[in-house]
Amino acid sequence: MSNIPVELKYAKTHEWARTNDDGSVTVGISDTAQDQLGDMVFIEVPEVGATVTAEEACAVVESVKAASDVYAPVGGKIVEVNEGLADSPETVNNDAYGEGWIFRIEPSDAGELGALMDADGYTGFLAAEDH
Amino acid sequence: MANRTPLYDEHVADGGKLVDFAGWDMPINYGSQLEEHNQVRNDAGMFDVSHMTVVDLTGERTREFLRYLLANNVDRLKDSGKALYGCMLNESGGVIDDLIVYFLRDDFFRMVVNAGTHDKDIAWLEKQAPAFGVTVTERPELAMIAVQGPNARDRTLPLLSDAARAAACELKPFFGAFDGEWFIARTGYTGEDGFEIVLPADAAATFWQQLRAAGVKPTGLGARDTLRLEAGMNLYGSDMDESISPLEAALSWTVAWEPAERDFIGRAALEQQRKQGVTQKLVGLLLEGKGVLRNHQKVMAGDFGEGEITSGSFSPTLQRAIAFARVPKDTGDTCQVDIRGKLLTARVVKPPFVRNGEAQIDL
Repeated sequence: MSNIPVELKYAKTHEWARTNDDGSVTVGISDTAQDQLGDMVFIEVPEVGATVTAEEACAVVESVKAASDVYAPVGGKIVEVNEGLADSPETVNNDAYGEGWIFRIEPSDAGELGALMDADGYTGFLAAEDH
Repeated sequence: MANRTPLYDEHVADGGKLVDFAGWDMPINYGSQLEEHNQVRNDAGMFDVSHMTVVDLTGERTREFLRYLLANNVDRLKDSGKALYGCMLNESGGVIDDLIVYFLRDDFFRMVVNAGTHDKDIAWLEKQAPAFGVTVTERPELAMIAVQGPNARDRTLPLLSDAARAAACELKPFFGAFDGEWFIARTGYTGEDGFEIVLPADAAATFWQQLRAAGVKPTGLGARDTLRLEAGMNLYGSDMDESISPLEAALSWTVAWEPAERDFIGRAALEQQRKQGVTQKLVGLLLEGKGVLRNHQKVMAGDFGEGEITSGSFSPTLQRAIAFARVPKDTGDTCQVDIRGKLLTARVVKPPFVRNGEAQIDL
């Protein structure tokens, strides 16, 4: 079964969000998402300093199969992107919740995190999507 | 319910991700399309292609029938077992399907056509064959496995019966030979050496298991597509269809104009198009920067006009995005591709991109 860490929050568009000690939010795509998309061949990350709103498309993951948008789970400023993915896009497949992170946001309204699902919610969401 | 090949249970056991393909439950991959692609380029992989249609054509006038049916000329086939790739055209020169035909005897040729075009192909054959007294026999009781890669032949040969092995050892490229119901051909759709083996459906699972035990890895339709694209081979329905002639699909080499007196279906229309000149052509593209070319992306060729990508993907061997695109005939050495709203430069190149594991174009 899919790996869904309990300490993370999840969006319906299959991003995960981790709140760091400094209040910033690290974002990637879920294990289920990487598995569905297949082997990654190209990741387009946002620009550091860019301002995004919640649910705005701000990165692209391209697998051998298809291109897929990555949406910001919360609004704010992009403060860091995973430059390593340029040379190793497969990291998203191999370590979706760790080294495969895509960008980090400084949220403008941390309250937006409340709109995301917890692990149980996401598990149920996936089960419902399956039917 | 979708059709299942005799290898369906093997795909499930191998962890295949099954998708609908032309009405068949087929494996798109067994985990990693990239690994499967590389396995075929570097070692050996196997594909279940049992969904494809095997059609036997029999009757004294079979050669004469095929001379009329195909734009390529079966008179190029002089030795028994020799294969020919070509197109079956409609009257207006559009491609009904591309196919391989094997010459076995003058009263017996075997054809392999696409799964997605099964119904219309059979209907077309049934319509054209009676005038020549040719019998069209589908062979759904047969399975087909393609074993491809630099080590494909070495891994396959020990698994064959003595008689089949003796025949298969001797096969030159683009030849096939029978051993009972088994038909082994040195053909493929990957740009690598290997075999395509037609065998009784009830023998398919055992043979698949033997191949797997011999180190041949199951390979899905995803890798089959990137392999054939790298190899510069067209895919019916993407790169050509009934509205496109071979001259617009980089398939002029499959049209046998000589002898001029040979009539074939679509000839008059093709002659006309050749005289007037085509307005579009199919070319290879190599994306200069980062990104991935995809089917249906728009191609801009400056003052010459616009075109479209017909097959695009990431090339695992070249580690770059490659494509076939139908573009205005005067398109130069470069063009722009609209990738999700951004215009990126692509170089126009002549496929194949990869042959026998080696890059065929400068990166």
